[in-house]
Amino acid sequence: MSNEEKDLEDLQKKKDLEAQSDQPSSQTSELKSDASTEPDARNEANQNPPTDTNKEMQDQSTNDSPTSKTEQEGATEPSHTSTTKSSKKPNEEPTSASSKDETNTEKTTAKKSDAQIDAQSDEKPERPKRPPRKRKKKDEEPKEEAPSPKQPQLESFVQVIEEHLGKNVLAENYINRLSKHIPTIVAKPEHYFQLAKFLKEHEELAFTYLSDIHGVDYETHMEVYVHLYSLTKNHSIALKVKVDRDNPTIDSLTPIWEGANWPESETYDLLGIQFTGHPDLKRILLGEDWKGHPLRKDYEPYDVEV
Amino acid sequence: MIRTEEMLLNVGPQHPSTHGVFRLILKIDGEIIKEATPVIGYLHRGTEKIAEDLQYTQIIPYTDRMDYLSAMTNNYVLCHAVETMIELEVPERAEYLRVLAMELGRIASHLVWYGTYLLDIGATSPFLYAFRDREHIINLLNELSGGRLTFNYMRIGGVKWDAPEGWIEKVKNFVPYMREQIEGYHELVTGNEIFKERAKGIGTYTKEDAIAHSLSGANLRCTGVNYDIRKVEPYSIYDRFDFQVVTREEGDAWARYECRMQEMEESLKIVEQAVEQFPESGPVLGKVPRIIRPPKGEAYVRIESPRGEIGCYIASDGKKEPYRLKFRRPSFYNLQILPKLLKGENMANLVAILGGVDIVLGEVDG
Repeated sequence: MSNEEKDLEDLQKKKDLEAQSDQPSSQTSELKSDASTEPDARNEANQNPPTDTNKEMQDQSTNDSPTSKTEQEGATEPSHTSTTKSSKKPNEEPTSASSKDETNTEKTTAKKSDAQIDAQSDEKPERPKRPPRKRKKKDEEPKEEAPSPKQPQLESFVQVIEEHLGKNVLAENYINRLSKHIPTIVAKPEHYFQLAKFLKEHEELAFTYLSDIHGVDYETHMEVYVHLYSLTKNHSIALKVKVDRDNPTIDSLTPIWEGANWPESETYDLLGIQFTGHPDLKRILLGEDWKGHPLRKDYEPYDVEV
Repeated sequence: MIRTEEMLLNVGPQHPSTHGVFRLILKIDGEIIKEATPVIGYLHRGTEKIAEDLQYTQIIPYTDRMDYLSAMTNNYVLCHAVETMIELEVPERAEYLRVLAMELGRIASHLVWYGTYLLDIGATSPFLYAFRDREHIINLLNELSGGRLTFNYMRIGGVKWDAPEGWIEKVKNFVPYMREQIEGYHELVTGNEIFKERAKGIGTYTKEDAIAHSLSGANLRCTGVNYDIRKVEPYSIYDRFDFQVVTREEGDAWARYECRMQEMEESLKIVEQAVEQFPESGPVLGKVPRIIRPPKGEAYVRIESPRGEIGCYIASDGKKEPYRLKFRRPSFYNLQILPKLLKGENMANLVAILGGVDIVLGEVDG
C-alpha cells in the first residue's frame, strides 16, 4: 500500500516538474530535466542510448544518498516484471524509477536549510567528470582466475589418452569454466571414433553413459558435441570434434553407444551432418521429403511470409 | 496348416493409447509383432530454431510446452543453464519455492502416468482417482504461478512471484492427504492378480542394454542402476533433503511401476522437509541485469525430470539471444529402445510396454 501512495506522490511530483521546466513531456526531456541538477549525467544522457542512460541514472542515484538505495531496490522489481513484457515498458518504468529517485532527493533538499542546500549544490559540480561507462568486458576476467578444481582431472584424462593413443589424437583440451568446470577435449576428426571407443572401454575412464550428442553450426565449421558420463567413477567429460561445413561427414558413435542412434539422426535432419556407419540415417523429425537443414544459419524457408 | 502372412499395421498418429501424436509401423504375424518402427516428428515445433531469435527469459514459455506434464522442471533446466553460465546466486526463498514447485510437479506427472498406464491396460477407476488428486496439486500450482499446465513461473535468478499467503499451509496439509491416497492406490492396483500378470516379465531389458541406450529416470533405475541426478550432481538445494533413490532389479514393467510409485512417496518427503525449512521472508529474484548476456562460450547442465534426465545446452556468443540452444529430452532417448522391446511381443503387450516407458510427445519431438 505504501508503494501505491509513493507512486501517487511521484506522479504528482512529475507533473510539478514538467510544469516547472516548461518542456514537452517526452521521455528524453524528463531525463534532461531530472539531470539538470547533475551536469555530468546530462552529457552522458545525451550521448548514450536510452538503456545505458537508465543504468547510469540508477547507478548514480545509488551513489547519491542512502534514501535512494531503497528506491533502487524498489525500482529493480518493476524492471524485472517488465522483462517479459513488450519493449516499450522497460523504457518507461526505469524513467519513472529514476524520476522517483530525483524527485525524492529534490524533496529532501527542499526540506533542508539553505546552508545545506548551498553545501549540496557546491558538492555536485565538484564531482569529477566521469568517463563514459564501459560495459564490463567479461573476457578480461580469466586472466586473474585461480586454477580450476577439475584441472587435475583433465590432466589425468589427457595423460591416459596420450599414453594409449599417442599425442596427436587430441587437438585441444581445456576446462570449460562456464559449464561447471567440465573437462573438455577436442578430438581430431580422423581419430574421433577411436578416441570415443577408448573413452568407453578403458577401466580408468569408463565413460559408459552417453548423455547427449548434438551439433552446432558455427559459420566457418560445424561441431559435434558429445557429453559422456561415467556411472562407476562419477565423472563427466565433454568431447567435441570440428567438422567441415561444406561436406560435413564424421563417424557415427552408434556402434559404441546405441543411444546415439536417434540423436545422430536428429543432427543429420536439422543440420545436415552425415554420420558414416550409422545403421539408419534418415530424417526423423521433419518429413521425408523436406529440403534443406533448418538449424543451419543460412537456412532459407520456402514460405518466407510465414 | 493355416497359411499366414505378415501384415503391415499402422498404429497411426491419432490413437488413444499412444500418448500423443506418435506413429508405429508394425509388421505383425497374427498376434506377434515381428518388427516395429516408430515414426515421430508430428509435434516438432522448431523450439530450438525459434530460440535463436529470443532473449533467454522469452524462451521460458517455450520450455513449458515441451514436456507439458512436468513444466516446472523444464523451466528450471533453462534457468539453471543460464545461471550456471553467469554464476548467479539465487536467493534462499526462491530456491525453496523452486524445489516445492518441481516436486509437486513430479507427483502430478507420476499421477498422470499412473492413471493413463492403468487405463491403457484396462482399469478405469485408477485414472479417475489419479486425476482427482492431481487437481489438488494443479490448484496449488495455479495459486502459485497462475497456470494449470504451463506455468512460466521460473525466472533467471529466481521465480516470478512469491507464494501467496496461506499457500505453505495448504502444501503442508496436502502431504498427509496424498500419503493416504497413495496407500489407496496400492490397495487398488498393486495386489491385483490381473495387473501382476500384465506387468511382470513384460518389456524386460538388462542393465547393460539400458545404459547402452542412454535411458534415464525410472527406466534406468528399474534395472538396478543407482543414478538420480539429484544425488549424483546435486543442483539447487537438493543436497539439504534426505530422500532415497528408488531402484529395483528386474527391469520389467512391474519394476518401473514400483519405482514410480515409490518415487511419489520420496517426493512427498522432500516437500515435507522443504515446507519445514521454508524461510520466513526474503527476495524471490536475485540481482539480475535487465538484459542477460551470458559470456561467450557454452554450457551443458542436466537435471532430473519425472521422465529422466533433461539437459540444456547453450552456446552463447555474448549476445542476448542464444547462438544455439539444445534440449536433451529424456523421452526422445527413452523411446529408442522401443523397437527392441517390441520384437516378438504380443499385440496386447504393445500398449502396456509403451505406457510403461512414460513418454510425452511434446518432449520427443521438441
